[in-house]
Amino acid sequence: MSEKKPALWLRIFSFLVYVYIYLPILILIVFSFNTQKLNIRWEGFTFKWYEVLFNDSNVMLATRNTLLIAFISTLVATVIGTMAALALQRYRFPGYALTESVLYIPVIIPEVVMGISLLAFFALIKFQLGLVTITLSHIAFNIPFVALVVRARLHGFDKSIEEASMDLGANELTTFWRVTLPTIMPGVLSGAMLAFTLSLDDYVITYFTAGPGATTLPLRVFSMV
Amino acid sequence: MDEFAVEMRDVVKIFPTPEGGEVAAVNHVTLQIKHGEFFSMLGPSGCGKTTSLRMMAGFEWPTEGEIYIDGTAMGRTPPYLRTVNTVFQSYALFQHMSVFQNVAFGLEMEHVPKKEIEHRVRDALEMVKLSGMGRRKPKQLSGGQQQRIALARALVKRPAVLLLDEPLGALDLKLRKEMQLELKALQKEVGITFVYVTHDQEEALTMSDRIAVMSQGKVLQIGTPVEIYERPNCRFVADFIGETNFLKGRVKKTDEDLLTVELLDFPREIKGVGQGNLAVGQEVSISIRPEKVRLEDDINDDTAPYKDSDNLLRGRVLTTAYVGSDTRIIIDIGHNISLIVWEQNHISTLDPQAYYTAEDKVVIHLPFENTLVLPEG
Amino acid sequence: METDILKPKRKFSLVRALREDSAFQGIALISPTAIYMLILIILPMILVAVLSFMTRGTYGNVVYKFNFQNYVRLIDPIYLRILLYSLGVGLATMVFTILIGYPLAYFIARSPVRKRSLYLFLILLPFWTNFIIRIYAWIMILRTQGLLNTVLLNLGLIKVPLDILYTPAAVLIGMVYEFLPFMVLPLYTSLEKIENAQLEAAADLGARPLRAFLRVTLPLSVPGMIAGSILVFIPAMGMFVVPDLMGGAKTVLVGNVIRNQFLTSRDWPFGAAASMVLMILTLAFTLYYTRKAGFGEELLV
Repeated sequence: MSEKKPALWLRIFSFLVYVYIYLPILILIVFSFNTQKLNIRWEGFTFKWYEVLFNDSNVMLATRNTLLIAFISTLVATVIGTMAALALQRYRFPGYALTESVLYIPVIIPEVVMGISLLAFFALIKFQLGLVTITLSHIAFNIPFVALVVRARLHGFDKSIEEASMDLGANELTTFWRVTLPTIMPGVLSGAMLAFTLSLDDYVITYFTAGPGATTLPLRVFSMV
Repeated sequence: MDEFAVEMRDVVKIFPTPEGGEVAAVNHVTLQIKHGEFFSMLGPSGCGKTTSLRMMAGFEWPTEGEIYIDGTAMGRTPPYLRTVNTVFQSYALFQHMSVFQNVAFGLEMEHVPKKEIEHRVRDALEMVKLSGMGRRKPKQLSGGQQQRIALARALVKRPAVLLLDEPLGALDLKLRKEMQLELKALQKEVGITFVYVTHDQEEALTMSDRIAVMSQGKVLQIGTPVEIYERPNCRFVADFIGETNFLKGRVKKTDEDLLTVELLDFPREIKGVGQGNLAVGQEVSISIRPEKVRLEDDINDDTAPYKDSDNLLRGRVLTTAYVGSDTRIIIDIGHNISLIVWEQNHISTLDPQAYYTAEDKVVIHLPFENTLVLPEG
Repeated sequence: METDILKPKRKFSLVRALREDSAFQGIALISPTAIYMLILIILPMILVAVLSFMTRGTYGNVVYKFNFQNYVRLIDPIYLRILLYSLGVGLATMVFTILIGYPLAYFIARSPVRKRSLYLFLILLPFWTNFIIRIYAWIMILRTQGLLNTVLLNLGLIKVPLDILYTPAAVLIGMVYEFLPFMVLPLYTSLEKIENAQLEAAADLGARPLRAFLRVTLPLSVPGMIAGSILVFIPAMGMFVVPDLMGGAKTVLVGNVIRNQFLTSRDWPFGAAASMVLMILTLAFTLYYTRKAGFGEELLV
């Protein structure tokens, strides 16, 4: 689209939307330094709540769990999802259409349904709920997002650079590491970023697959609200 | 060393079509390319020239037949084990590497010592006149410069054969003409066999030692540029290379040096040089290049220098176009047939009377030796 | 074409298949995903479908006896009302995100190229905080002694605090806030793709800006709007956290019903039936709209 300056009303409107988006976050930040506990009235500046937070071993454990789950699920989903993106973008094979549509399921199914189905499944196979089930579930919903993002970025990938690499004497493996992967890296990174964000932000799937023992930051925060 | 740098023996390549059928992109092609030759494969898109090149490079394998490089059957040898290198139409430069890294890549794969790599890359960049550009990224270079990098990257490996897939296709006309001459000079300098794929007939004529004209997966004719242009062996080749006029006819007599052909559209006999074995009664095309025709004013009296039997046609000028070096004239010879004639502008003059104009009556003289009788195809 | 006559059958070799057979390469690359999705997406879905035809035992266990009872129970007016209400909330969320998101996406698409990614980033940034935390912030703003009422009372605009929290309006505010980026991003993607030449052509052919917008820009942005609608409507339909925290006891959506059946009432078969209905509704919605306009690229930026 053109770079003509947007109309004044459009700029004002957009500014207000940004205010709407940032207002809650700003309020949270400001009031996290408030001495008063319950009231939304500014009483004075304090770091007290951060001290309480960092001394709360439960919160720290939940934070560690959250990061661990996000890290592992991102790593696994990025590797597997990138492979799937390469397969779907560059190859035709039996079962192509089926896999492609299955990949969309976690995107178009309400989270609550996915959550209860995983809960029911783990219960059926008598798999102890905990960090492992949370991580497995996060991988499950992250794979499609990674695959779809990487695939979108693969669009327009010039296959001849791989041929050029082989032509210049690199075998398939060297070609992948030296040419293919560096070329698709921006796509892979944005897929990984998305996966990490989704995993950190997830409440619903975690809620159903956590079981009594394991807690993550979102669950902890929910119980405190 | 084998006699031939590259040889295709009865090669067939079949691809599946999206509809579930099969199509032969290359259909029983046999050809030999000599050492040190600049060999072009010329044809319209889909004629199988690129597929042939890709099979030489090892990106595709023949369905049938065999490709020999320097006398060795290639079979399913992967590209990285072949002594050929390719310059891609899209250049296929590695965008995440610098120019230097691009050119060095192939040498690294051969485990050439670091010192030597630096040395050879510098030489290669110098050869393509891009010294000092080593640190840049390919994106920072112009199309012409990227093209040179692709060339340097392939040549630095000192391949036995260099395969070029329409390497100049993305350049603008002026740059393309420059690069054509440069490539030709470079090939003479390094002495490497070049196999050059193009759909641009002028390019092929300018650069090649020999040309293979292809159509629908088959090689129609292999020859020097002069042979291909002056003595095409069928209607398709005559049509594809340069411009020409066709008249449809039937062979009447073959017993002389020249064939006699009866035209189909109107009663007239034309004599010309026959190509291949043409039998009496066979339908043929008469091909006359527009610049090989002599044009005269039709003064229409008894002193006219030609008789009707001497390969001449009468007509009326429809339009003319002055293009500098010559004037292009379209002449109506009746029976809904028109011919294109190029008259070279020998004399410099502003006098409009010196040029043919519409409605002029003309006599078109077809010299026997310039009139080709070709089989259909 | 007689191509494979007389060709000796070669012994299968994994290395050769990986190197030479492109279909085999594709399968090798897709299989981890395919296996993972089969086990953790397809099988659990099938399980829910099966569960929905079973019965709850006395102790919250599942009795494996095939029947349609759970679906019959769902026809009850209470549940039908909840379903309709969820549908309404989902659609309202969708409409409001379009009303707010379209001008914003249009603004970003019309901004100078170098500023666009900054504007997009600014939309995403708050969403790197946690979902629950953002909802909590809204509760602080909207509750009776919250920021909004404090400000309005101090300004003298109102005499009595407004009761916004724990009303459907609060749920809508939370939902629209939560799902706005899912609408803006696909809308931006399709708006950004519109070439200026098309708008110039419209102007050249005599269309005034408003008409050019209605006849050119709007139709060309429909795929983005549809992708955005799917991305907003589906999670909004199944949402239970926002109604839980901001809607109070008055606002119950399908998501809450499902959650309660699985975790509180422990009637899994009934919860599974409710899930099936929700899934079928959202799938029908998705299929209907994707038929109208292909989606894919717009779905993910």
